Amino acid sequence: MRALDIEGLDVDLGGRPVLRDIDLTLDRGQLVGLLGPNGAGKTTLLRAILALTRTRAGRVLVEGKPSRPGRSGIGYVPQRHEFTWDFPISVEQAAMSGRTGRMGLLRRPGVTDWRAVGDALDRVQLTELRRRPVGELSGGQRQRVLVARALALAPRILLLDEPFTGLDMPTQELLGQLFTSLAAEDHAVLMTTHDLVAAVDTCTRLVLLNGRIIADGHPADLQDAELWTRTFGVSETSPLLKLVRAT
Amino acid sequence: MSITDFLADLLNPDLAFLPKALAIAIMSSIVCGVVGCYVVLRGMAFIGDAVAHAVFPGIAVAFVLQGSLVLGGAVAGVATALLIAIFAQNRRVKEDSIIGVFLVGAFALGIVIISQAPGYAGSLQQFLFGSITGIPDRDLYVVGGAGLVILGLVLALHKEFVAVCLDREMSRAMGLPVFWLDIVLYVLVTLAVVISLQTIGTILVLALLITPAAAARLLTDRLGVMMLLAPMIGGTSATVGLYLSWSYDTPVGGTIVLVATTVFLTAWLLAPRHGLLTKRWRRASGQEPHDLTRPPPLPDLAHPQDPSPAVR
Ligand SMILES: Nc1ncnc2c1ncn2[C@@H]1O[C@H](COP(=O)(O)OP(=O)(O)OP(=O)(O)O)[C@@H](O)[C@H]1O
Ligand SMILES: [Mg+2]
Repeated sequence: MRALDIEGLDVDLGGRPVLRDIDLTLDRGQLVGLLGPNGAGKTTLLRAILALTRTRAGRVLVEGKPSRPGRSGIGYVPQRHEFTWDFPISVEQAAMSGRTGRMGLLRRPGVTDWRAVGDALDRVQLTELRRRPVGELSGGQRQRVLVARALALAPRILLLDEPFTGLDMPTQELLGQLFTSLAAEDHAVLMTTHDLVAAVDTCTRLVLLNGRIIADGHPADLQDAELWTRTFGVSETSPLLKLVRAT
Repeated sequence: MSITDFLADLLNPDLAFLPKALAIAIMSSIVCGVVGCYVVLRGMAFIGDAVAHAVFPGIAVAFVLQGSLVLGGAVAGVATALLIAIFAQNRRVKEDSIIGVFLVGAFALGIVIISQAPGYAGSLQQFLFGSITGIPDRDLYVVGGAGLVILGLVLALHKEFVAVCLDREMSRAMGLPVFWLDIVLYVLVTLAVVISLQTIGTILVLALLITPAAAARLLTDRLGVMMLLAPMIGGTSATVGLYLSWSYDTPVGGTIVLVATTVFLTAWLLAPRHGLLTKRWRRASGQEPHDLTRPPPLPDLAHPQDPSPAVR
């Protein structure tokens, strides 16, 4: 069974077409990078997979079933600015908040919940900082908190929205290795990014998106400059293309 | 007036309204302190203000019909909170404009209604600035009961409220009913405001909601501690404020708010970690920062190259 199976997906926002005719599948064990310019619909596609946005046509199957918020085994890491970082809460409580839906009403965190949070913090190497207020973290540490919060659910599928943006190289490497090993442990990982180098470096498959899917394949198979100029609307002389050729 | 005289007055059967007023002031400031934490952390102060004004027509109708002011205010306040939540779903007009429309509209309606009652000027002043006399016994139970219900709901839904405050997008993805949680929170804010109106008055009730919670936020980086500190600051301000108002014959609502404001300013200047003067002194004496409510931060072993918090 496929982790994710999207067929003929159309999404409109504010009466304008944003996504058209999206066919995309994702299997466990894959680490896929979703690339596209600003406004390409990357976040919208992730939200459609989570069933957070209304679709116009098509279907999204998560592990064979229509996606439902809170019911599918998806871990989500939204963009960093969605989170209220000045909230008086510690790193481990922030990670625990990812389990709020799973715990259900009137339940307090139990042994299982704390163990899951402990494991998640271990994986992103935040155990030492678990009692620090989230407001006193650096950008990279914050990103790791969000990843830990998603991992606290022990998801089989992980959706990440621009996890590398604004991070230094060591943190990118740490997270890149984490995503790679999660994929190796039979998770399905889909991440959007603007960081071409990191994407080529970590992902086994790239999807180029701009309203539609322009290309989908192994980084080595996406050497055709035309695909990149079409996706990003840049000229033949853009530094982007130099980067593509270099990789 | 000395504290002993104040205690004697509290026990004096001729002044039965005084302990009643004190009980209501303390109960409502505790409830406002707790609920106010969410209001402060979510930046919903404007909603608190809107609701405080919007309860006015309900109170006016209750006054004209000689009904319970608390109940009248609660009905009008909850109705407004629901209207704001529903209208705010339409993104064309922003939430704050919608609140502005309802706030003034409801207040105007209240003024028109209450002007129909003979001799309204005195009562108007009571609504606006609060008073400690003329509280019916019934209100004592209504306020106590409502306060318990509010605190019970906060306890039950705390985890969900925190999740929505932290990250709405993630909360939706987790399948939390974000819209309904918003509505419940709005209604809780409304009820906290309504039960406080009697002693504090419409104009000043916002302070009871915001000031203790904001002061508590300055004193700690832990939500649990904040939600204990805020009602303590509120309850203490209410008690001290009532005492001062009784001693010096000042308006009760204003005095309570001034006491709370003093606490806030003190916290702003002297809070252990984030106080303005504390920071300056620490810098002058080159001391390490420390937080009385928190163990010292562990070194960041994962990122040894990060500067320590003292440097940052
Ligand atoms: N709530 C909305 N109403 C109307 N249009 C929207 C809404 N949200 C997004 N859009 C539009 O949908 C398109 C896709 O947005 P989306 O956020 O998915 O892009 P993205 O690929 O994630 O971009 P970025 O790289 O900037 O994050 C954009 O053109 C945007 O203007
Ligand atoms: Mg985006």
